[in-house]
Amino acid sequence: MIEIDNITKVYDGRAAVDSVSMTIESATITAIVGTSGSGKSTLLRMINRLVEPTSGEVRINGELTTDLEKNALRRRIGYAIQGHGLFPHHTVARNIGAVPQLLGWSKDKISDRINELLNLFSMPPEEFRDRYPAELSGGQQQRVGVARALASRPDLLLMDEPFGALDPIIRTRAQADLHRIQRTLGSTILLVTHDMEEAIQLGDQVAVMDQGRLVQHGTPADIITSPATRFVAEMVGGVDRPLRLLSLLPLSEIVEAGEAEGPPINDQASLRDALSVCLGSGRNTLPVERDGALIGRVTLEAIRSRAEGTHEPR
Amino acid sequence: MPNRTSSFFSRPGLLFAVLGLVALLAPFVTLAANRIVAGVGVPVWDIAAANTTIPGLAVLLAGLALGLPAALPKLRLLGATVGVAALVWLLMQGSTSLLEGAGPYARVSLGSGFWCLLAILLLLAADALSALSPGPLMRAGLLVAAIIALVLVLWSGALADLSIYREYISRHDAFFDAAQRHLGLAFGSLMVAAITGFPLGVFCHHNEGLRGSVLPVLSFLQTIPSLAMFGIMIPLLAWVSSTIPGAKELGVAGIGFLPAFLALVIYSLLPVVANTVAGLEATPPVTLDAARGMGMTRQQRLIQVQLPLGLPVMLAGLRIVLVQNIGLAVIAGLIGGGGFGTFVFQGLNQTATDLILLGALPTVTLALISAITMDILVELTRPNSVRHG
Ligand SMILES: Nc1ncnc2c1ncn2[C@@H]1O[C@H](COP(=O)(O)OP(=O)(O)OP(=O)(O)O)[C@@H](O)[C@H]1O
Ligand SMILES: [Mg+2]
Repeated sequence: MIEIDNITKVYDGRAAVDSVSMTIESATITAIVGTSGSGKSTLLRMINRLVEPTSGEVRINGELTTDLEKNALRRRIGYAIQGHGLFPHHTVARNIGAVPQLLGWSKDKISDRINELLNLFSMPPEEFRDRYPAELSGGQQQRVGVARALASRPDLLLMDEPFGALDPIIRTRAQADLHRIQRTLGSTILLVTHDMEEAIQLGDQVAVMDQGRLVQHGTPADIITSPATRFVAEMVGGVDRPLRLLSLLPLSEIVEAGEAEGPPINDQASLRDALSVCLGSGRNTLPVERDGALIGRVTLEAIRSRAEGTHEPR
Repeated sequence: MPNRTSSFFSRPGLLFAVLGLVALLAPFVTLAANRIVAGVGVPVWDIAAANTTIPGLAVLLAGLALGLPAALPKLRLLGATVGVAALVWLLMQGSTSLLEGAGPYARVSLGSGFWCLLAILLLLAADALSALSPGPLMRAGLLVAAIIALVLVLWSGALADLSIYREYISRHDAFFDAAQRHLGLAFGSLMVAAITGFPLGVFCHHNEGLRGSVLPVLSFLQTIPSLAMFGIMIPLLAWVSSTIPGAKELGVAGIGFLPAFLALVIYSLLPVVANTVAGLEATPPVTLDAARGMGMTRQQRLIQVQLPLGLPVMLAGLRIVLVQNIGLAVIAGLIGGGGFGTFVFQGLNQTATDLILLGALPTVTLALISAITMDILVELTRPNSVRHG
């Protein structure tokens, strides 16, 4: 658990981060969203003390970050950034093994860990270990950057727009990878993005920042259904809001007994997917299957009723 | 039509061929009654009997012709090599035959025609090499081959009848003494400058205030004209030698090796310090941020990241210093510092051109070899340069 307690950073008399408090549960992804200059990076960098707070404190599992030596603290926390920051003069293997090496792991242990991570990111070690960053595609560089941040099995991973430089398709894949890996490893991730879509897709919790202040912190559904301020509502996007909400809800929540015409849809699909199939195929009801067996149906009516209530805020 | 010509013939190659033909008209060597008086120019076809000059000239012209085809840089390089070989052979034959019956003090010196042809052929070689763009290891091999060829020609005594070679023979011991001194001055000052300038650069990198005061001072020192700098050293060290007890016993004196050495060190500091600072700043900011974020200490960042990434820039600084100091060390001859400058200034006093050349040519050769070697080193230290060829 990470507790951020009334933390402030003042630059030249202006607060870049203004009295932010929030608690982050272990083994969750929290996405910090906000416009450019809203203080997201500064907030993130105060956690591993790349930036020293003007006031306030941060506790990781109850322990004050200031009680640890700076570099010892950073070696315990994974850090991945936009543009990856890989060492251009080191091979992929050496890049990934950087933190374990700082921690004094044995050679064999480091080597095993590098192979394990490369496999986790579907990059065959035989092929990639000895390449230099310049010999990788942008997406591969990014994966190596994230693998490097994960190398020492940190409980906490800080990511500053890690997918910012990727094209949309690679980006979606990288997000799915991260989600899968986070679920397997059970790490706590704090991820900065200025893309609300990404925040909603990836975050168990979303924290919205505006001019240095934390304006809302809650589940993606909370943020969409009841934005705390006009700014949050704008971030979520007025017109798209019902669709965004639907994309968060699994079909299994509204499956009812009964039959329907046409090809079935999997119960793990989102309501947004189901809506899309309804509109696309001109049907009002869809059969739903799980593991190949029909388990019921879903109606356009039911989908519509779930999308209601996402009205404009005060 | 003109298009086809220019695509088959290399434009520089054509230029070199035309210039080469013109240079053949200029005196190839000069013949003088003794080492002081001005000589008379001798065109290349008059330096020896026709049965010697014609084959030599034919090979020389063939060399220039081989330099023409644009698409065959290897052939062009071969042409340059053949051309230089022909030049040396003509020189060998010509100097011997011209001296026959010309009197005991007669001298054969290199003429403007020879120098122009040599320059043209070297340019041709450089042009062909740039098209071949050999890797660093290949370049090192070519350099070594060229040095070996040069040493062999000089060692064989084939050019022993040339005036400059005679100057060398009569100063054989002094020559190697001067060479040692010259290398000592250039490389010694480089080493001292590196040992002091490098840490200074690191401090400047970490300390904005220090940088603000050190770099301007060093830049100012750099602007002092070399003659003035050597001149300043004389009274300065003379004063040190006479006032500080024990200094004289240590060999501190107003003239000689030490003042020259010090002047060179002072000139070296700016390139070393400035390039160290620039090299340390060459690391991309994201890379540095990542290094900090993963918990590298300042020292680890310096040694594992900034130094290796900045090494090419820092070596480029050392290259500047080395080439500059090899040249500047000539001036040391003026204040008794030794080195090849001794011959240059003696030659100027005696108006003996070939003695001046005996000091100047080794200096130029040394500077050239150093520059090429350092370039190769710079390239080798670039990240994964070998893998990319
Ligand atoms: N080192 C610094 N010195 C002075 N001001 C700074 C410094 N770092 C950040 N700031 C200021 O603090 C504010 C917040 O910056 P921050 O980098 O945290 O924004 P951000 O939300 O990450 O923006 P972006 O999405 O563009 O990365 C900005 O106004 C910025 O100019
Ligand atoms: Mg930022």
